[in-house]
Amino acid sequence: MIRFILLQNRQGKTRLAKYYIPLEESEKHKVEYEVHRLVVNRDPKFTNFVEFRTHKVIYRRYAGLFFSLCVDITDNELAYLECIHLFVEILDHFFSNVCELDLVFNFHKVYLILDEFILAGELQETSKRNAKVEKKKG
Amino acid sequence: MALSGMRGLSVFISDVRNCRNKEQERLRVDKELGNIRTRFKNEKVGNIGGREFAESLAPDVQKLLISSSCRPLVRKKAALCLLRLFRKNPDILNIDGWSDRMSQLLDERDLGVLTSSMSLFVALVSNNHEAYWSCLPKCVKVMERLARNQDIPQEYTYYGIPSPWLQVKTMRALQYFPTVEDPSIRRALFEVLQRILMGTDVVKNVNKNNASHAVLFEALALVMHLDSEKEMMSQCVALLGKFIAVREPNIRYLGLENMTRMLMVTDVHEIIKRHQAQIITSLKDPDISIRRRSLDLLYGMCDVSNAKDIVEELLQYLATADFAMREELALKAAILAEKFAPDLSWYVDVILQLIDKAGDFVSDDIWFRVVQFVTNNEDLQPYAALKAREYLDKPAIHETMVKVSAYLLGEYSHLLARRPGCSPKEIFGIIHEKLPTVSTPTIPILLTTYAKILMHSQPPDPELQNQIWAVYSKYESCIDAEIQQRAVEYFALSRKGEALMDILAEMPKFPERQSSLIKKAEDTEADTAELSAIKLRTQQQTSNALVLTDQRPANGAPQVSQLGMVMVPSTSNADQNAVDQRVTQSNGTLSVVDPQPLAQDHAPAGDILGDLLSPLAIEGPPGVSPQSEFNGVPSHEGSVGANDALALAPVGDQESTVKPIGDIAERFQALCLKDSGVLYEDPYVQIGIKAEWRGHQGRMVLFLGNKNTAPLDSVQAVILPPSHLKLDISLVPEIIPPRAQVQCPLEVVNLRPSRDVAVLDFSYKFGTHLVNNKLRLPAVLNKFLQPIQVSAEEFFPQWRSLPGPPLKLQEVVRGVRPMPLGEMANLFNSLKLMVCPGLDPNPCNLVASTTFYSENTRAMLCLIRIETDPADRTQLRMTVASGDPTLTFELKEFIKENLVSIPTAGKPPAPVAQQPQPNNQPIASSDPGALLAGLL
Repeated sequence: MIRFILLQNRQGKTRLAKYYIPLEESEKHKVEYEVHRLVVNRDPKFTNFVEFRTHKVIYRRYAGLFFSLCVDITDNELAYLECIHLFVEILDHFFSNVCELDLVFNFHKVYLILDEFILAGELQETSKRNAKVEKKKG
Repeated sequence: MALSGMRGLSVFISDVRNCRNKEQERLRVDKELGNIRTRFKNEKVGNIGGREFAESLAPDVQKLLISSSCRPLVRKKAALCLLRLFRKNPDILNIDGWSDRMSQLLDERDLGVLTSSMSLFVALVSNNHEAYWSCLPKCVKVMERLARNQDIPQEYTYYGIPSPWLQVKTMRALQYFPTVEDPSIRRALFEVLQRILMGTDVVKNVNKNNASHAVLFEALALVMHLDSEKEMMSQCVALLGKFIAVREPNIRYLGLENMTRMLMVTDVHEIIKRHQAQIITSLKDPDISIRRRSLDLLYGMCDVSNAKDIVEELLQYLATADFAMREELALKAAILAEKFAPDLSWYVDVILQLIDKAGDFVSDDIWFRVVQFVTNNEDLQPYAALKAREYLDKPAIHETMVKVSAYLLGEYSHLLARRPGCSPKEIFGIIHEKLPTVSTPTIPILLTTYAKILMHSQPPDPELQNQIWAVYSKYESCIDAEIQQRAVEYFALSRKGEALMDILAEMPKFPERQSSLIKKAEDTEADTAELSAIKLRTQQQTSNALVLTDQRPANGAPQVSQLGMVMVPSTSNADQNAVDQRVTQSNGTLSVVDPQPLAQDHAPAGDILGDLLSPLAIEGPPGVSPQSEFNGVPSHEGSVGANDALALAPVGDQESTVKPIGDIAERFQALCLKDSGVLYEDPYVQIGIKAEWRGHQGRMVLFLGNKNTAPLDSVQAVILPPSHLKLDISLVPEIIPPRAQVQCPLEVVNLRPSRDVAVLDFSYKFGTHLVNNKLRLPAVLNKFLQPIQVSAEEFFPQWRSLPGPPLKLQEVVRGVRPMPLGEMANLFNSLKLMVCPGLDPNPCNLVASTTFYSENTRAMLCLIRIETDPADRTQLRMTVASGDPTLTFELKEFIKENLVSIPTAGKPPAPVAQQPQPNNQPIASSDPGALLAGLL
């Protein structure tokens, strides 16, 4: 199960955060800070998986943006890694050539797309067309 | 772009504009609002719903999910919404009814809905796979459809791979089933798996590569889980061996991780050992994630044959390892050294090296453990002392090393006395050098060491003595209370001369216990949404014992002496529980009637559990009562076991034993269900009972009948009431004339709910025979119940108004005596729990209601629901609800006692429902006992 999703830039600014477990506001800040520190200095040649407390963070870097998913240690890492990529592809289709600014100015749309894509910490729709088209209808 | 993204909105606006009148406009707006509602309701609940949400919304969400008229968009959200609610509260789904629907859901053609449903299914099946066997073939079908036939719409392929996520989820779900029995399904599954194992190639495109390997690794996990086809297993191991050698970090990481998992399920140590060198290389990888995985794998694959190599490798690595890993590394090295030490001196070497190299990361547990080992193994002591002495020569040593060396030298330095540099004076000197450098917690250890050195230097060396006394007097006024106390006390003690020897003698051996280190390593467990299949499997393998309950009321309100407590399969917990149980027991009233507390204290933990789990303590094996007032006169009690007692009793005593006729436990059980009958009978006496119950009060009459032509004397009947019953017995005459019957009325008042049982301590003398029996009185919980029929209109509001623990308790009961539903309903009715047919739509379930009376609770409605599993009659789920937490708990335990066949030591479980026929006892018609029975 996905515990939370974070989109952060290299400076550690959180562009999108979605939690599927209840956390206090202060705890969220701490988590965001820690996850950023964990992933930002990793060599690109390293694995995309890194242990975080009792879970695992699956992250992927696109330009200056880190997409991090926190999942259970028993979950299939590669499946979630590709889940990140699929999400990026969906964003890319939607914004045609997505960049950090799109996420900043259209954050509400990003959240809506994310809700179409992942719900209750599980993948909901893996078809790019459906996730996008339904979004437009809504 | 803005407008193209709002097609729905523009359609809506033009629709509204085209409306001819207000009525049409309103209809169109309502329709749009309806769309918005269905669209968002599930999403909202799916992401933020809580426990209360779960209970009240689950039925609606279920309806949305299975309704065929709903759009796929709504249904897939409903599936995940239900998953979320289920995680919050697993009780929202009625397993029996749901498994069929789940099976239908897995036939779904729409892949979006199927993906979401599969996520839900993984959660359900991880919780209870038994209920979902019917879904297994469906999962295999899904796999065939995806991996073999590739029969899915284009948009659901990802880089040409049919939805890798759905494949992964499906194979994950399959791992929760212990086996695949049906041969044709099995063949189909293996064909698919084979295809995946063989058909996955490394390709250039990183995304495609990742996706296909995600499927491949899940397939590997499934093959390992099914663990049968030798050929496929070796294929898997070969693949993993390849993976841990590749450059691609993710694949190498997963190779290491899956190899570790593989170790847990199958016996592949030998094959994996071939890759040891490769794994050790990964231990030095720049990426900490890979290092961690290889450390885990090394830890898992370690055994006696390679322990030396691996531990040495770990020690070497420790010096350069980064801080984030050192503690884990140190702990694992210490555990391996302890578990697989080829000889103990090597173990001491390893731990001392560990402390030397990574002192900061060696927790106290580790050095405590080495001290325990040395103390318990005399052969090791001189060696350990010598080693400690050597380390002290090093210029800068870690404080933990100071602690451990000081302790070891204090205890055992006298064993080195003849070696150079090991005289008490020199030892003191070298330890005392370290004193200024250590922190406060270490100083007391050093002070103790000095005292021990002083004790061992015989004859006393005045110079050394003065040095040490000077140290003590310096610390006499230390601000730290511990140091001050030790300084003052050791100073005073050391003036006592010879007496010092006794007080400061060597530490006794430590009791053998489970290594705290191993416990510590086991404790660090991750929390996951679903218990992993491997974990589940290891648990199932060990849990052959019955798990009765794992739930105690949170508020602690229930009375003491609850017998049905936790019985956990793992032995490490058993001790703990035994202690708990004993404590509870001694707090409770049962300790008063327990005939053999001494015997129990010496019994191994398992026996204690066994005794406590049997319906009542007095049914335990026979023992001589420590409470017997007649010392020297053999008296036999624990009456059930009197037969066994014969075998144990000395020959001379045999004549004086009196055997009861019939099984006392059976008689008691029968009387629990009816109101009159024989409670006890032996060749001389018969005790009958007749009772009437009204609300929380009752009236019992004991009929004490003398069956013989000689009088019975010294008759005593004392009632030992539990705290929840008020019991008044009228005087019992001391002598019962020949062939006469005495009636003793008894008034019973029930104060509060409890399962404790009143005991009648009955003794008499016949000739020279003294007979003493402790008999349970059938004033049990169900006597204060009044069956009541409730209608659906009354039941459901009541059921819902009792939200959850502690008022509503649920438990899965295993080890139930298998019985058809009808028989169970009869049992319930005989326990005065009125079965209400038709309330539960599922025919496999049973709903019952009753009213409980006690002075505290007054009349209180209790509702019971039993969900049985037609496939497995030995387990069921029970939910009990009432307005009082104690009552709920006690009633639940009471019903459980009546449903579960509890194995008691050495004898078959007393069948509860079987009605013994006291009147059918083979008694001659001339026997006055028969006449007595007739009177009842």
